[in-house]
Amino acid sequence: MTVPPPAPSAMPTYLGMPRFPDAAARAVADEGLRRNLAHATTTIRGRRAGAVAELDDWSALRESGKQIKDHVLANLGHYLRLLEERVTAAGGTVHWARDAAEANRIVTDLVRATGETEVVKVKSMATQEIGLNEALAEADITAHETDLAELIVQLGDDRPSHILVPAIHRNRADIRELFARTMPDAPPGLTDDPADLAEAARRHLRARFLAAKVAVSGANFAVADTGTLVVLESEGNGRMCLTLPETLISVMGIEKVVPSWRDLEVFLQLLPRSSTAERMNPYTSSWTGVTPGDGPSAFHLVLLDNGRTATLADDVGKQALRCIRCSACLNVCPVYQRAGGHAYGSPYPGPIGAILSPQIRGVGSPVDASLPFASSLCGACYDVCPVAIDIPEVLVHLRARAVEEGPRHPLERAAMAAAGWTLRSPARLALAQRAASAGRGAARRFRRLPGPLHAWTDTRDLPVPPRESFRAWWRRTGGGRTEEEA
Amino acid sequence: MTARDAVLGRIDAIVPPRAAADIAADYARIDREYLRRHHDDGVLDLFAERVADYRADVRRVGPDELAAAVAEILAARPGVHGVPSGLPAAWTALAPAESLAADPAVADLDGLAGAVTGCAVGIAETGTIVLDHGPDQGLRALSLVPDHHLIVVAADRVAADVPEALERLDPARPLTFVSGPSATSDIELSRVEGVHGPRTLKVLVVA
Repeated sequence: MTVPPPAPSAMPTYLGMPRFPDAAARAVADEGLRRNLAHATTTIRGRRAGAVAELDDWSALRESGKQIKDHVLANLGHYLRLLEERVTAAGGTVHWARDAAEANRIVTDLVRATGETEVVKVKSMATQEIGLNEALAEADITAHETDLAELIVQLGDDRPSHILVPAIHRNRADIRELFARTMPDAPPGLTDDPADLAEAARRHLRARFLAAKVAVSGANFAVADTGTLVVLESEGNGRMCLTLPETLISVMGIEKVVPSWRDLEVFLQLLPRSSTAERMNPYTSSWTGVTPGDGPSAFHLVLLDNGRTATLADDVGKQALRCIRCSACLNVCPVYQRAGGHAYGSPYPGPIGAILSPQIRGVGSPVDASLPFASSLCGACYDVCPVAIDIPEVLVHLRARAVEEGPRHPLERAAMAAAGWTLRSPARLALAQRAASAGRGAARRFRRLPGPLHAWTDTRDLPVPPRESFRAWWRRTGGGRTEEEA
Repeated sequence: MTARDAVLGRIDAIVPPRAAADIAADYARIDREYLRRHHDDGVLDLFAERVADYRADVRRVGPDELAAAVAEILAARPGVHGVPSGLPAAWTALAPAESLAADPAVADLDGLAGAVTGCAVGIAETGTIVLDHGPDQGLRALSLVPDHHLIVVAADRVAADVPEALERLDPARPLTFVSGPSATSDIELSRVEGVHGPRTLKVLVVA
């Protein structure tokens, strides 16, 4: 079987994004950020565990979710063709996009064709991934985020740091200050009570919803055999965007398709409990094409590849395509909790981001090559994953790829070459070991390597070499038979 | 080459297409060991309890008490309430005519005090009410824009759990699953009621 070369993907790496360890070191030093993250993730961890424990058959649901997703991936062409046929039959229009640039072009042209210069948006990972808002801005189209956390991110000219709660790094006092500063219609005397902040967002967006002519959304699921799209949300901004405008454009990764309406009985149980720890999220909307007289009269579905087929071609890595974007893995991850989402340099942070971003974007950049190492491999992410993605397995697999294909430090290459030369000859090894033992005193005094080698000891203590190598000890004592102080 | 051909071509090269019958046979073999329902008894009690857990206001009434209960709830929220024209007239028989507007225009919804609708299905396990926007429920915007939503749930509409509820629904219709009033978890990951959808949800369970 010949596999075509991976598609050039264009998920933007945040400009000038440093390697994960550098970005993480900066984030870890930010005590306020760590406090906000620790508070939020600890709260949700406990609540998720409770919501999951309530269902005796959680492991059976998880197994079915995994099998349904694997079945889709094994027959992806079939289900996408079926989805296209059914959406079209129901009055929708299906578009295909090889990469981010193509998807952005499609959406931009669709908005332009309506003559509008503003769109309202439902929070969507796919449109974050392709950098749609920036692409629309270049075409003089303003995209208004309507999800509360996305609004917080947009008003603060900030970046999302969590899949579900993009502004998780901000606490209520930060948000109050931001609203008071950037919302012209913020009520005077706005407090940092979350209910007050929600009310301010409601007032700020209401007129915009009622006037909006074009909306852009993502999709949590698309049902192939009925052509039905499904969006789960909490606030009602999704319902506003999906029903009030005349034109609806939904951008969806090709892996989001499920075979049958019946499969939602699994995912509507798995997703809310895993993400917001609720029995059900406040609102779920589903629609099939267009309904005359109710809701948008034009519906466009953009099916996005953007590196997904390249991921599908990787036998170990393809399980990342099962992801339903619940974010449970972020909330349990000890690395995420301390480093925060921004250090991952991608709209997909945390453990799932560490396996998705390098696959979608490739391991060519410093941040992507470092992401598979952004984990202690503790396995908590796998335990909570509602579709049983073995994230540690994929991380280890991608580490090998990053070493083979990723950018390497010239010193590392030189060191590896020198190590190979030394290890090939017993005499050279003995010489090197004697030299290391002789350097004991220096290592004990300094603990930090000089020059470019400091990168190794910035996060580790320099080990003090033993006084005598094992090989030298064996020869001197006859394998321990004449043990004595050396 | 079109983008469609390119994407499907890549997919077909990785996972070659197979006969639809083989795919259907594989699909039928997916393990589904999970429960069809988590509770067998007391489904109506469970429904009322779980809806109330979201801080919705739930009351159980007999069929002959319904009109009075509706009138009482509307009186407590002065102004005009939108109703779909297919709402059974008996439900609002005791409410003053001037407090009701049948099938209001979308442009007028923001000025309404609330909306009254029926529902397609209730889900006891999750405390969810599903609207399929049939004649007794109206356009999707009707139960979205006003800040107050009263839903009348007939006992026979309540399904025990998610699988049974989905079987009863027709995905060709637009559907709205409502679990409590509008809420957000976006501030410090705690649920706060009230953002863009109705901030007050009243439910009358008729049994």
